[in-house]
Formats: sequence, C-alpha cells, structure tokens
Amino acid sequence: MDSKMIRSDARVAERSISSRKAEEMGIKALLEMVRASLAVIVVLGIVLCGVYPLVVFGIGQLGFPDKANGSLVQQDGKTIGSRLIAQNFTGKEYFHPRPSAAGDVGYDASSSGGSNLGPLSQKLSDQVKERIEAYISENSLAPGTKVPADAVTASGSGLDPHISIANAELQAARVARERGMPVEEIKNYIRQYTEGPQLGFLGDPGVNVLSLNLALNTAGSKK
Amino acid sequence: MNLMGWIQLAVFIIALLAVTKPLGVYLTHVLDQDGRTWLDPVLKPVERFTYAIIGRESTTEQDWKSYALSVLVFSAAGLLFTYAILRLQEYLPLNPQHFGPLSPDLAFNTATSFTTNTNWQNYAGETSMSYFSQMVGLAFHNFVSAAIGIAVAAALVRGIASQKTKNLGNFWVDLTRVSLYLLLPLCILYAVFLISQGMIQNFKPYDTAQLIEPYSAQVAQKDSSGQVIKDAQGSSVMMEQRVETQSIAQGPMASQVAIKMLGTNGGGFFNANGAHPFENPTPLSNFIQMLSIFAIPSALTYYLGRMVKNQKHGWSVWSAMFIMFLVGALVCWWAESQGNPRLSALGVDSSFGNMEGKEVRFGIFNSALWATVTTDTSCGAVNSMHDSFTPLGGMVPLFNMHLGEVVFGGVGSGLYGMLIFVVLAIFLAGLMVGRTPEYLGKKIESYDIKVAALAILIPSIALLGFTAVAAASEWGLKGLNNSGPHGLSEILYAFTSAINNNGSAFAGLSANTPLYNTSLALAMLIGRFFVIIPVLALAGNLAGKKAAPMSSGSFPVSGITFTLLLVGAVLLVGALTFLPVLSLSPVVEHFLMVNSTQLF
Repeated sequence: MDSKMIRSDARVAERSISSRKAEEMGIKALLEMVRASLAVIVVLGIVLCGVYPLVVFGIGQLGFPDKANGSLVQQDGKTIGSRLIAQNFTGKEYFHPRPSAAGDVGYDASSSGGSNLGPLSQKLSDQVKERIEAYISENSLAPGTKVPADAVTASGSGLDPHISIANAELQAARVARERGMPVEEIKNYIRQYTEGPQLGFLGDPGVNVLSLNLALNTAGSKK
Repeated sequence: MNLMGWIQLAVFIIALLAVTKPLGVYLTHVLDQDGRTWLDPVLKPVERFTYAIIGRESTTEQDWKSYALSVLVFSAAGLLFTYAILRLQEYLPLNPQHFGPLSPDLAFNTATSFTTNTNWQNYAGETSMSYFSQMVGLAFHNFVSAAIGIAVAAALVRGIASQKTKNLGNFWVDLTRVSLYLLLPLCILYAVFLISQGMIQNFKPYDTAQLIEPYSAQVAQKDSSGQVIKDAQGSSVMMEQRVETQSIAQGPMASQVAIKMLGTNGGGFFNANGAHPFENPTPLSNFIQMLSIFAIPSALTYYLGRMVKNQKHGWSVWSAMFIMFLVGALVCWWAESQGNPRLSALGVDSSFGNMEGKEVRFGIFNSALWATVTTDTSCGAVNSMHDSFTPLGGMVPLFNMHLGEVVFGGVGSGLYGMLIFVVLAIFLAGLMVGRTPEYLGKKIESYDIKVAALAILIPSIALLGFTAVAAASEWGLKGLNNSGPHGLSEILYAFTSAINNNGSAFAGLSANTPLYNTSLALAMLIGRFFVIIPVLALAGNLAGKKAAPMSSGSFPVSGITFTLLLVGAVLLVGALTFLPVLSLSPVVEHFLMVNSTQLF
C-alpha cells in the first residue's frame, strides 16, 4: 500500500468524523431551539394570553362595566337588546333598521356577516328592487322617490345599529301617523338619537334605531 | 368625496406622521439587547426569567442560518400548539357555548393562518371558537407572529448597517423584547381605550335578548346534517320561523382586538370583523384602529434611518410608501363614492355611494380608507365587505396586496419587503447608468440580487399558480358566491390574500372545504417563509460586506429621484405580474358595469 493511499484514507476518515461532529452539533442546536420554543410558548403564553387579557378584563369591568358587558338594555329586569346591535322592527309604529344578512333570519348577533354580493349580482339587484318597492309603499312615498342607499342595502355586519338621517326622516311621517304624534315631535326624537360625527368630524352621522324606538315607546306610555 | 372626508384624511396623515418618530426612536431601544426603556423596572425581571428558561446559551448572537432556523422551529412549534388547542377545545376551559373541535383541515388552515400573521378566517369566531381558543390559541400568534416580523426586519437592517460580521442579533432576544417592551404595554393602553368606546371584554356566555317586537321570517329549511333542502325545481324549501329572541355573542374581545390591529394580524373576534358594532363601536375606535395598523410599520422606516445613520433614507422609503398609499386611498374612495350605477337605476339615491356591505357610522370614506390601509399592510381586518365594493374600489385592495404589501406593509414584513425592492431599484439604476450598484456603500452583487429575486418570484408564481388551478377546478368553483368576472375576483383575492399573509377576503367565497383549507394554508406558508428565508440570506450576505465610505459618486438613497425610482420598481413588478389577471376580473367587470346591463 503506498503512502498516498493511506493519507487519503485518513483524510476521508477525518472528514467523516468532522461531518458526523457537525451533524451532532446541528442536532444539538436544533434541540436547543425546540427547547427555547417551548420555553417561549410557556412564558410568553402566560404573560400575553393569561395576565394581559385578565388585566384588561379587570380594568374594563371596574372602569366601564356597562360597555365591557355589551351595552345591554334592560327593561323590567329582562335583557331586551344591546344599544350597539340592530334588532329587527317590522311594525308600522317603529322605525325600521337596515336590511340584514346576518344568520338565517337576519339580525343574528351570534352570526354576524354581510351579503357579500358583488356589484353585478343578479341576486343583489333583485333584493334591492324588492326592498325599494316595499320601502316606498310602507312609507307612502311618491313613486319614483329616490331611496337612501342604507335603507335598501345590507350592512357588513348585519347588525348596523344606525340608519342615515335621510332614511329616518322618510320614515318619520309613517311613525307619526301610527303613534298619533306630530311629525315635528318625531323629528325631534330623531335629532336626539342621532349619533356622530364623533368629535365633530369623525365618521358619518347615524340614527340609533333601537334607542329611538325605545324612547318613542316610553313617550307613548307616558301619555 | 366630500369636505368631511378630506378633513379626516388630513387628520389621519398628521396623526401618522406624529407617531412615526417617537415610536421609531422607542424601537431602537427595544431592538437593542442592552437598550433601556422606562418599563425596565417592571419588565426586566420577566425578560431575565424568560432567558433563564430558554437557556442562556441560546441568547447569543446568531448568523443568518441560525436565525432563520430559529424562526422556522419556533413557528412550527407554535403552529402545532394552536392546532392542538383548536382540535381539543371541547376539553379545554372557557368554552361556555360548548363548541366542539374544528375539523382537521380547518384547524390546520386556522393554525397556519395565525402562525403566518395572515389571520384568514375560514371559521366564524362567534359560532366555532371558544374563548380559550381565541385568547390563547389565536392571540398568542397575534403577538409572536408580529414580533417575528419585526425581528426579521431588524435582522435585515442590522445586516445593512453592520460591517464585516456574520451576526444578525439573536432571534429569541428580539422575539422576547418586542413582545414584552413594545406590544404588551401598547396593547394594555389600547385595549382599555377600546372598551371605553363600547368594545366588550368579558367571559360570560352569550346573552339572550327578548325582542321588543317578535317577528316571523322565511328561512330555508335544513335537514339534520345542516344541508339546505331543495325542491324538485332546485330552489330552497322555505318555512316560516318565529323569532322572539336575539342571541348576543360575547367574549374577551378588547384584549384581542388591540393586538389584532397593532400587530397587523387582522383576525376578527367575530365573523364580521371590524364591521361588527362590538368590534368597532365608534368612528373614533375606527380611526385609532386604522392608525394602529400603520403605526409600527411607519415607525420602522424611522428605525431604518436611525440604524443606517441616514435619516433621509428612512424618510425617502416612508415617502415612497406614502405616495402609493395616498393614490390607492383616493382611487378607492372615489370609486365607492360613485355608488353602484345598476342600483341607482333601480331608484337608489346615488349620493350615498355604494353602501352594500358598509356601516352607516363609518360611511364611504372610512370604509374606503380602511380597505386601503388594511391591504397596504398585512392586516386584513375589514370594516366593510370588500366583496361588495364596486369593481375599481375592490381592485385597490387587491392590487395593494399584489404589490407585496410594502406600502407600510405588515409589522416588519412591510419593511423587509420594501428593502427587497430597494435592492432591486438600486440594481436597476446601476444597470441604467452602467455602474456597480451599491446600497449605503455596500456593493450589491449577484448573490444579493438572486435572493432578492427569489423573495419576489416565489410568492408571485405560487399566487398565480394556485389561482389558475382553483379557477379551473370543480372544487375551486364550487365555493363561489358570485359568478362572472366577480367569481374570478373571489378566487384571485383568496390566494392573493393568503400568499401575502393579509387575511382579508372577498368573503362570499365558501373556502371552508378540505381543498381550499389545505391549498390556502400552503399558500400562506409559502408566502411567509419563502420570503423570510431569502430576506435573512440577504441580511447575512450584506452583513459580511465592508461598506465603502460615501462619496460624491455614491448612489443616493434619499431624495425625490430615489423615492420615485423605488415607487417605479414596486409598481413595475406588480403591474407586469398581475395586470393580465386583473384585466380579466375587476377591470372587465368595471366595463361591464358601465357599458352593459348584464347581471350575473
């Protein structure tokens, strides 16, 4: 055997040892990373997913209990809704909310969502046509009256608590007639329950339908 | 496009500028292992404890391979952690609605989605997720996926700023410090503010409200398996249902929404996301939520300037982002203000704009601005339904994502994505003037361009590939809510959103099927890690170079020329890659809308 061969054999052996060593170090490094990952999941998990939400919960429940619990409206000891969530009204003596695509029956506050119909959807077109006809007839408007967009389109959440002022004003005459109240008084109520723009410039103004209808009921029962 | 809108836009821009520098300066302290913050007295012990558990030897400087491997190992562990929670949620606490496990494919999709900072929602929060799953399984990733993005961006910036080193910092240290010193304190303040606006934060079961005026509704009849029963003509069998109560979903929302927005995650606590009155109660909560999406990505450009000791460069990158943001916001606002001419023809007052899928309290302007902001970044939270936008209004979010979400972009991912384009822009400029391109004194060589190109090419090819396959398959078409060009938009939007880790949707697409769940999850993984790995490779290579001193012959990386060149590079790549498919979807839909009476 000549010496050259031996040397090259030795080199091969050396290389395989060093590559095995590198492999072992690689595996060790990998295991350390797995360990570090688990450690981070435990420690940061406790801080960010335990302590943090509980601190916020504590501050919220102490500082803003009504809001942190859903701005619920109580009547005679029963929960009758949330000021922030639309509920359906179909009676002629009530203001009507926007159409809703939330859940099977609409206005489902445990299944929020929009119609997701595109601008060229046949279904959307049919729905809007039907809603326009219903809106014009129930509010006894002149045929061809332009209907406010919010009155005949579904909101993104299906729970939009507001309607536009123009929409409320077109419904005012009907509500006034059904309740035997002067239209001007109804319009005062609309103004009273119009929210926004916030801080004078943020967002669009809207009339809170649930609050308005509840106020009208209270006003009616006082008489 | 009314005066009130312009005022709100101006205030938004001023507020964004106002937070950029202070937050950027703070970031330099957070991203420095020895940096001091005024929160040290409270958080330093927690930080030390974390390192003790991780193991001290794991917190030393890492080269790019070790850094990248740490990102991958940690992400894999986190993915499994969340997958397990979602599959086992019925045995875990805080499940007052007694929700059962998610299906394996949906749990995989959701765990992947949150691990990759995508937060695509094939589930509806209030009908399938326990409070524990939300608070631990999902919110954990809201924090750490954001921290990973910032960490990777910081590693790249260190690579650019340092000289002749292999080291990029330590992933575990970055992850811990960003979570504890940046995200946690901001989120506590932010969550309390959100509650003050009407957001919920509780652990009670859903409330049942007795309706003031019970009513009857026509609903489609379903069989025992939940399938809608069809009659012989194929239309649904309707039945009358009496509705006397309203079930109102509850939960620990504020703590989760704070990090959802600040970490550009975007996964809604409820299905309707930021359109839901609990999840976005007021115009002010809406304004702050939009600002919080942009806050950290914008501050990171300031961090860049500080670290490379060239603040003008930071502001030039900021300006390039800002120009693209402004154009997108104005186009979207204009398109939505026009309303839908088809509905106007039926008798809708067009002065209201396109209100389908939008909330009254936000109106057209805030819906359009949000849609732009959420897709400029990797946020993907929505306050209106993009699926119902006008064709051009809906194309803005789509194209924003096609640009790679580099317009401020996701936390960290926006900056590292944009720096890839900076390298590309400098390379193109070098070719034009026939000189060796250099970035801040460092030569941009073949290896750098190769990895930069990979970070751009892999996601683009995957995006178009997945879209093409889905659009030509039965499983892909079956989930469509709209047909015609809008159907293609729905599929394109889904894969665009997944690849770019955005998470918003043309949500009509019913993508909760095994094939969509799996293909979207793969898309999210590709879009996240096949960008992060090349970015870290670039960082490692740049770190090893020696920067030549700046001279009059150096390529300027600030000023109008550089900014426009950067915008040009981003738009060129985005337009060349995606205009063909866009012309088959929103563009053709727009022309059909204005020039025909066709409906689908």
